[in-house]
Amino acid sequence: MTFTQFVFYLFSAVLIFAAAMVITVRNPVKAALFLVLAFFSAAGLWVMLEAEFLAIALVLVYVGAVMVLFLFVVMMLDINLARLREGFGEYLPVGAVVAALMIVEMGVILGPRHFGLHRFPLPPGHAAGYSNTRELGLQLYTTYVYPFEIASLILLVAIIAAIALSMRSHRRSRHQDPGKQVQVRREDRVRIVKMAAEKKG
Amino acid sequence: MIAHLEAAWRGFPLWSRLVLGSLGGIIAIVVPLMIAVAYLTFAERKIIGYMQVRIGPNRVGPRGWLQPIADALKLLFKEIIIPSSANKYLFVLAPVLAIGPSLVAWAVIPFTSRLVLANINAGLLFILAMTSMGVYGVIVAGWASNSKYAFLGSLRSAAQIVAYEIAMGFALVGVLMLAGTLNLREIVLHQAGNIAHWYLWPLFPLFLVYFISGVAETNRAPFDVAEGESEIVAGFHVEYSGMAFAIFFLAEYANMILISALTAILFLGGWMAPVGVAPFTWVPPLAWFLIKVSVLLFFFLWFRATFPRYRYDQIMRLGWKVLIPVTLVWITLIGVVMFFAPWGGVVR
Repeated sequence: MTFTQFVFYLFSAVLIFAAAMVITVRNPVKAALFLVLAFFSAAGLWVMLEAEFLAIALVLVYVGAVMVLFLFVVMMLDINLARLREGFGEYLPVGAVVAALMIVEMGVILGPRHFGLHRFPLPPGHAAGYSNTRELGLQLYTTYVYPFEIASLILLVAIIAAIALSMRSHRRSRHQDPGKQVQVRREDRVRIVKMAAEKKG
Repeated sequence: MIAHLEAAWRGFPLWSRLVLGSLGGIIAIVVPLMIAVAYLTFAERKIIGYMQVRIGPNRVGPRGWLQPIADALKLLFKEIIIPSSANKYLFVLAPVLAIGPSLVAWAVIPFTSRLVLANINAGLLFILAMTSMGVYGVIVAGWASNSKYAFLGSLRSAAQIVAYEIAMGFALVGVLMLAGTLNLREIVLHQAGNIAHWYLWPLFPLFLVYFISGVAETNRAPFDVAEGESEIVAGFHVEYSGMAFAIFFLAEYANMILISALTAILFLGGWMAPVGVAPFTWVPPLAWFLIKVSVLLFFFLWFRATFPRYRYDQIMRLGWKVLIPVTLVWITLIGVVMFFAPWGGVVR
């Protein structure tokens, strides 16, 4: 076993272990943290495939941003663990059937007939100075420029929709205007009243 | 003698030479970094002391020079108390998650044109990914402590870090556009020449945004609501004691130095001398780099001594409504200039 193989099996083992823990562990915060570990090991595998841009983007986007917000929501949930266990036996047969179906489907499609190693030539190794990021950028902005632009437009629509859905009008919500706050002078707020000192009665 | 050593070195198998070489490099970075962190705390207390017209620590060793060593020893010998209702594994894991990314990011920092541990092509992305991981230490610490103050502190901090990361990332896009590479070493080489070639000038607003976001990212004053001792005691690490607390401390200061180093590399020409004539070129490149980093670190301390703490909603407003629009406008402007103007190539 070469060193590369050892690293590959290490990352794969961690990935599978973490993925299994995500769905078996009871505590949702721990599940989210195991998902982070799974993403991280997947990124490690991608680095070994010389896809360093995708790997780092995975860590940056999913680990650095998406999962942080996930954790945020999950941490504030008040989950009763006992209720999660209810109805396990009830759902078991249906769940088992669905799981079996999915395994069979994946076996048919992802089996060696379509995705076997013999169907794909070994990708050529690249020189040390090869920049994955540059190649990806060239592809995105030449060959796939229209799909890329359309995807960005869809994202823009989603952003605007999210803002439109969650925005409340200014009149209904109480808010502060820091621009006005910093312009406040002492004369507007403070009134000095001179009073004669009281005499001791 | 050297020939013997070389022969002995070649006697090792290749993998062990790689491992030993990397290990040596890591130690050569981390040990000076930890010493720098220790003396940064000393510098902070002294500088803020003088700014507030007091003397600062001056009891341990000559002029107080051994104060950080004494502090480290004190923290080492203190007991680490794990709260009985805390989640034990995550409670112990949190400091590790905090310090790991802040040390790993140093792997791609070029100290001079030859002194870099891993000169990778996607260096800038790597830095972004690693710094975005730092927030987990804070979140996990706050949640695992099972304490209201810690939890509130970690929520504040996480929201703040996620918000300012966007402004930070956009500020880096400007650097990327001018340099045309993600490799940190090449970014510095693009700024070769004198002070006029530094990215500080064409990217001045982005420089400000980056540095301000950097201060916010590291939870330093005036953005330190995550600790806000007047409101939530000490924030996310209120339940930590001894070395576990010290590790959070180390992570915060290592991050400060990291942000300063990055600002020096991206906007201030890294190890380049400001003017390429005689008295300036006598100073070695590494010294120039360290000087720039020290000046930026001084700004961190200066901010802390000068500004009162921001209110939380104002922090969010500054991040989302001021810094991010500034970066977006400036990126567009640079793009237009580079594309249309006949002198656009000059900027590049």
